[in-house]
Amino acid sequence: MATNAPKKDVVIVGLGWTGSILAMELCEEGLEVLALERGDDRDTVPDFKYPEVADELKYGVRYGFMQKPRNSTLTVRRTLEETALPYRMLGSFLPGDGVGGAGIHWNGHNWRPMVEELRLRSYVEESFGADIIPEDMTIQDWGVDYDELEPYFDRFEKVAGIAGQAGNINGKIVEGGNPFEAPRSGDFPMPPLPQTVDAMMFADAARKMGYHPFPRPAANASQAYTNPYGMQLGPCNFCGFCERFGCLNYSKSSPQTCVLAALKRKSNFSYKVNSEVLKVELAPDGKTATGVTYVTAEGEEVFQPADLVILAAYQLHNVHLMLLSGIGQPYDPATGEGVTGKNYAYQMNGGTSLFFKDIEFNPFVGAGSNGMVIDDFAINQIDFGKEGFIGGSYISSGTTNGQPIRSMRLPPGTPSWGTAWKQATKEWYGHSMSIGSHGSNMAYRDTYLDLDPTYKDRHGRPLMRMTFNWKPNDIRMTQFMKTKIEPIAESMSPDIMQSSYKSEGAMYDVRPYQTTHNVGGAIMGTDPKTSALNRYLQSWDVHNVFVMGATAFPQNLQYNPTGMVGGLAYWSANAIRKDYLPNPRPLV
Amino acid sequence: MSTRDHSTTRRGFLQSAAAGVAVSAMTHPAMAQKQPPVALEEYSPTYFTAEEWTFILAATARLIPSEGDGPGATETRVPVFIDLQLAGDFGNAADWYMEGPHVPDAPAQFGYQSPLTPAEVYRAGIAEFDEWCRQNHNAPFAELDAATQDAALTALQKGDIKLASTQGASFFGLLLQNTKEGYFADPLYGGNHGMAAWVHIGFPGARASYLEWVGIDKPYPLGPVSISGERA
Repeated sequence: MATNAPKKDVVIVGLGWTGSILAMELCEEGLEVLALERGDDRDTVPDFKYPEVADELKYGVRYGFMQKPRNSTLTVRRTLEETALPYRMLGSFLPGDGVGGAGIHWNGHNWRPMVEELRLRSYVEESFGADIIPEDMTIQDWGVDYDELEPYFDRFEKVAGIAGQAGNINGKIVEGGNPFEAPRSGDFPMPPLPQTVDAMMFADAARKMGYHPFPRPAANASQAYTNPYGMQLGPCNFCGFCERFGCLNYSKSSPQTCVLAALKRKSNFSYKVNSEVLKVELAPDGKTATGVTYVTAEGEEVFQPADLVILAAYQLHNVHLMLLSGIGQPYDPATGEGVTGKNYAYQMNGGTSLFFKDIEFNPFVGAGSNGMVIDDFAINQIDFGKEGFIGGSYISSGTTNGQPIRSMRLPPGTPSWGTAWKQATKEWYGHSMSIGSHGSNMAYRDTYLDLDPTYKDRHGRPLMRMTFNWKPNDIRMTQFMKTKIEPIAESMSPDIMQSSYKSEGAMYDVRPYQTTHNVGGAIMGTDPKTSALNRYLQSWDVHNVFVMGATAFPQNLQYNPTGMVGGLAYWSANAIRKDYLPNPRPLV
Repeated sequence: MSTRDHSTTRRGFLQSAAAGVAVSAMTHPAMAQKQPPVALEEYSPTYFTAEEWTFILAATARLIPSEGDGPGATETRVPVFIDLQLAGDFGNAADWYMEGPHVPDAPAQFGYQSPLTPAEVYRAGIAEFDEWCRQNHNAPFAELDAATQDAALTALQKGDIKLASTQGASFFGLLLQNTKEGYFADPLYGGNHGMAAWVHIGFPGARASYLEWVGIDKPYPLGPVSISGERA
C-alpha cells in the first residue's frame, strides 16, 4: 500500500536534459516542482573527476554510467512472427542512468532538423508524389514547423553553449558553414572547435570534389562561456574520454554543466534520486492524471500527487510508462489503430575506414564533437523519386574517443589474435581514420513498441517489447551514401580501405553498438487518431501529462536528436507557461 | 532538496573486485612500481581453481604471445585481470538481466541469451575444452605444444569444437574479449602491467589533456600515465 506524499504543483519523471529544463522553466512560474530520478545522484565532482573517470574499462566497456539491464531493460524482436527476447546486456544502444541521464555521456553532436524533415510526408508528396511512399511506411508530419521552433532551438543552443559555424543566418548564406541548413536567427554562441588531422584531410578532399565542408556543431565548449542561467563552461581540452564518460573539464554541455546548479538554488525545486516511478495515476474518468506512484530505494511505494505530470525519462521509458499507465490507446500493427507505441525508429549509419601507414592521427586526441561534415547528401538535397528511397545522411570525419580496447581499427584480414594481431596493433593504432554517414530512418507499420507477454522487470511489471528491423528503403539510402563516400575516400589515396554499410537483407542485430538515438513511440502530430501527443507534446487523452524527448519523433531525423529534443522542450515549456497554466485544458 | 552522501557514492567503487589493487596502488604508487608482483605461477587466484588457472595462463599466452614485437599476455599479467573480473560484477553478470525463460539457441543477433554468468561460462568452458584436448591429444590444453594449442583454439573459435556446457554462450568470444581488455585496460585492474601494452601501441593512457596537440600529424612525445599515477 502506497503512502501519500504532500501534493506538488508539478512532478517530473527523470532528471536529464528535458527534466532539468522543464523544472527550471516551471520553477520560474513560482510552481512547486519535484523531480523523481530513478538512478543515482551525479555531479562533476566526485563522479566525473580526474583521473578516476579516465577509465576505459569501467565506463567505456563496462558501461559504468549506463542503465543496468538488471534494473531496467526491454525485449527485442525483428518481425511480428518472432518471439522477442530480453536485451540482457547492453550493446546496440546505451540508455543513460542517474541525474543528467544520457546528457552526461553523449559526445555532444548538436543539430537542428531541416525544414523539410519536420513536414516530411507533405514534402515528399508535394515534391515527388504520394506514390513513392512505400505502402508500409508510416511517416508523418510533426505538426510543428521549423519557423515556429527556431527561437527554441536558439534558446537551447544558448543554454547548452554550442560551438559552431553558421551557414545560413536569416536566409543569407555564410561561407564556411552548412549552406543547406535551415535559416538561423543568429550565430552560434561559440566559434567552432579546432580540428583533428583526419577531419582536415576529409574536408580538403570534399572541397576538391565540390562539396561544402563545415565544422560539426559541438556541445563541447571552444572557449570560456557563461550561459543564460549563469552556468560556466571552460574550453574543451580534447581529453579523448567523451562518449560514455562524464566530462572532467566542465566543457561538455550537460544538465550538470548547464542547468542543475542554477536549478538547485531555487527554493521551489526539489529532487529525489533512487526513486523509480512505476505508474502515472489517472483520475476515474481517465482525462487527467492525479500524480505518480514511485518506489524508493528502500522499496517503499509512495503516491506523489501533482497537478501537472511531465514525463522526461529516456524515450523508451516514457513509452513504457504510458503503456503501463493506460495513457493513449496502445498501437496495434494489425489494424494500424492506436497511438501509444506507434512509429518506433532508429538511425541508419555506415562508414568507410581508411588506413595510412605514414600519417599520425593520434586518435586519443579528441573532443566528443570535433569533426568536419558535408550535408551535400542531406534529405533536402536528394531527388527521392530518381534515387528510389526517402531519406538522407550527413557525412563526417573526426576522431573521438580513440581508446585502445574499443578503438583498435585493424586492416581487413588481420587475424583476431596471435603474434600477427599483436604486431598489427602496433602498426595500425593511430594510423587510420574513418568517414561516416549518419542517416535518417523511416517508421513503418511494424516498427513499434508494446508490452511483452512473457518477461517482467524487478517490480513485476511487463517489460516493453520492441519490434524493429531494417527496411529496404533505408538500406537503399545507406547504399547510396556508400557510392558517395567511397570516391571521397579513394581521392585521399589511403594504403588500405574498408567499407561497412548495411546491405540487402540485413537484420537488426542487438550486439554491436550502433547508436543511442531511439525515437518515437508516442509521436506528436495534428490528429489524435494518428499521434499520441499534440504539437505541444501534450497527451491528447490526458491533458495534464506532457511528454518530452525523442519519444515524440514521428520518424527519425538524419541528425543526432538532442538539438531537436532541447528545442521541443523549450517549445513545450513555453506553451505550458503561457497557455496551459492560466487555463489547464487540451491545448489543441 | 536531497542531500548528497558522497561516501555512499564511493562505496560502489570500493566494493568492486579491483578494490584491493586500486587502494594499494593509489596509496603506494612508488612501492607498486618497485616491488615486483608475485609470479603468475605463484599467484593465488580469487576465482579460478588451480587447474583452471593453468589453462588461463596457457591460453592467454597463445592469444597474445610473448614472441615478436611487444609484450604478451603473460608479461602484462592478463590472467590476473581475468581472474579479478570473474570474481567481481562482470563475472557475476551483476548488471545483466538474467531472468528466464532463456532461449540459448536463439540466433546470435539476439545477443547474450545464456542462463550462465560469464564466470560460469569459463568454468564450464575450460572443463569441456580441456576434456576435448585430452580425448583428441591425450593431454590437457596447457600441456600441448604451441602449434597444437593454436590449432585447438582456432577450431574453438570457428565453431568446429562445440561446447554444449556453455549453453549458447561463446566461451572463446569471452576469453578473447577479456584477454584484450586485460591487455589494454588501466593497470588498476591487474593487467597491462607497467602499461607495457600502451607503450607498445603509443597510447598515453590517462593523460587526458591534448589541446596543444590537436591537428598535429607527428608522434605524440610523452609516454603513458595510469590512473594511480604510474609513468612509463
